Amino acid sequence: MREILELLERDAHLSHDTIATMTGLPVEQVAAQVTQWQASGVIRRYTAVVDWDRAAATGEDSIPEIVTAFIDVSVAPARSVGFDDVAQRISRFPEVRSVYLVSGGHDLRCTVTGHSIRAISDFVSQKLSTIERVQATATHFVLKAYKRDGVVFAEPEPDHRLRVTP
Amino acid sequence: MKPLNDVITACPPSGIRRFFDIAAEMDDVISLGVGEPDFVTPWRIREAGIYALEHGYTTYTSNAGLPKLRRLICADQAARYGAHYAWDSECLITTGVSEGLDLALRVLLNPGDEVIVPEPCYVAYEPCVRFAGGVPVPVPTRWEDDFAVDAGRVAEAVSPRTKAILLGSPANPTGAVQPRSSLEALVALAQERDLYLVSDEIYDRLTYEGRHTCLGAVPGARERTVVLGGFSKAQAMTGWRVGWICAPEAIAQLCVRVHQYTMLCAPHVSQLAAVEALEHAEDDVAAMVADYDRRRRVFVKGLRELGLDCPEPSGAFYAFPSIRRSGLDSETFAERLLHEHQVAVVPGNVFGPSGEGHVRCSYATALPLLEEALERMGRFLTSLA
Repeated sequence: MREILELLERDAHLSHDTIATMTGLPVEQVAAQVTQWQASGVIRRYTAVVDWDRAAATGEDSIPEIVTAFIDVSVAPARSVGFDDVAQRISRFPEVRSVYLVSGGHDLRCTVTGHSIRAISDFVSQKLSTIERVQATATHFVLKAYKRDGVVFAEPEPDHRLRVTP
Repeated sequence: MKPLNDVITACPPSGIRRFFDIAAEMDDVISLGVGEPDFVTPWRIREAGIYALEHGYTTYTSNAGLPKLRRLICADQAARYGAHYAWDSECLITTGVSEGLDLALRVLLNPGDEVIVPEPCYVAYEPCVRFAGGVPVPVPTRWEDDFAVDAGRVAEAVSPRTKAILLGSPANPTGAVQPRSSLEALVALAQERDLYLVSDEIYDRLTYEGRHTCLGAVPGARERTVVLGGFSKAQAMTGWRVGWICAPEAIAQLCVRVHQYTMLCAPHVSQLAAVEALEHAEDDVAAMVADYDRRRRVFVKGLRELGLDCPEPSGAFYAFPSIRRSGLDSETFAERLLHEHQVAVVPGNVFGPSGEGHVRCSYATALPLLEEALERMGRFLTSLA
């Protein structure tokens, strides 16, 4: 079962048929299991890993620049809820891509995307910093993405093998 | 000029070479003809090699190889297969199984000694026997039996000159894994007729239906068996050229003697990379093996859906389907498939007469390419109908 999740996490395009062949399970069982995971929220959704820098480099006007920032947030915890209420409040903004409670100098680490540095700055100063019990923020703009979600964005290494070998 | 060496002059070039020459000239070829992983060596192993270079590990090692690597290999063989060898007297590091095979045969054979070689088999077996002064005696295996070696047929081929049996399992080109019963029958025969066993186990980690049996761990085999292993396949380290021999002390020490004069030692950097492979790359190996297994299932199912009879390949990364229903012989099938649909496979007859009627397809190829290759093969078969 775990293998099905690993396969889908790597390539959500795989058909139930192919997964069944790969794992040796009956296709009906694969389909039922995946449906159940979708219903129970184990599988949240199916996405593509997009290299936006490369997309922007194609020069098409319709592809806007995407700016990403990691924002560390210090929060005063509250009795009985800890950090959860503030974290959930931050999570609801659509420009916030991820929110984690972390150990270290700050409490929450968020990933935020926007169409410009200005847009993200505005979000931090006007939305994030003004949430009650948010005490400090530290914003780190991403300059270049090398690897995301297990995908290396560099050119893949060419196949150096000879065409036919013993 | 005086004639060059008779044995080597008489040895034909590998039939694979001709296909390489044709395929190398063509564009848009999907190659199922490659006998090595499509994975690059796992990064942690490459990084260990880089570290070794940076820190100047560019010298010779002892002839038998780094003690640490030999210790790790012997511990791994013991834990995995119950095959027990003393690292300091019964194990040496070679430049791949290719050198290991050459050493073993040179140490075992006197001129004219016969070696029984079940075929279809790896292309180097028979030439290496000849180069060592021996005479290869091929014994056919049949795909109807999943290429299991029939000890009865082997026994019929034994003569007073027979010295050894040379066997690869899991096998290139068939993907067959010898059942334990066949191995036990061969060991019994070897005991009865006082024969050595040379066991090429380079694909030991690539088994998909049950665990590998190390021939050296089969009761009664140890004293007369040379086990050859390496890092090329499971750890995707073909170009590093590092393998090993485990054998009883008398044999292992003579192998070291030849090795010390002809090779001196395996590359130091490669030996250090192999240490990393055994110490820390188990997860990488497991992930690659799991991927091969998935491709195997998809590819074999695809071949069968094309109407090709394909014995279940339970090891290595080869499928060896029968192409008899095409009405073509192996060479013509492979040549036309390459010219007309740009898919490179290797004709089965280059691996021995029993390979005729088959082609070797390596599924060490990315899944989308395997699927495209199946489609092209389908179009080819339709065009023949």
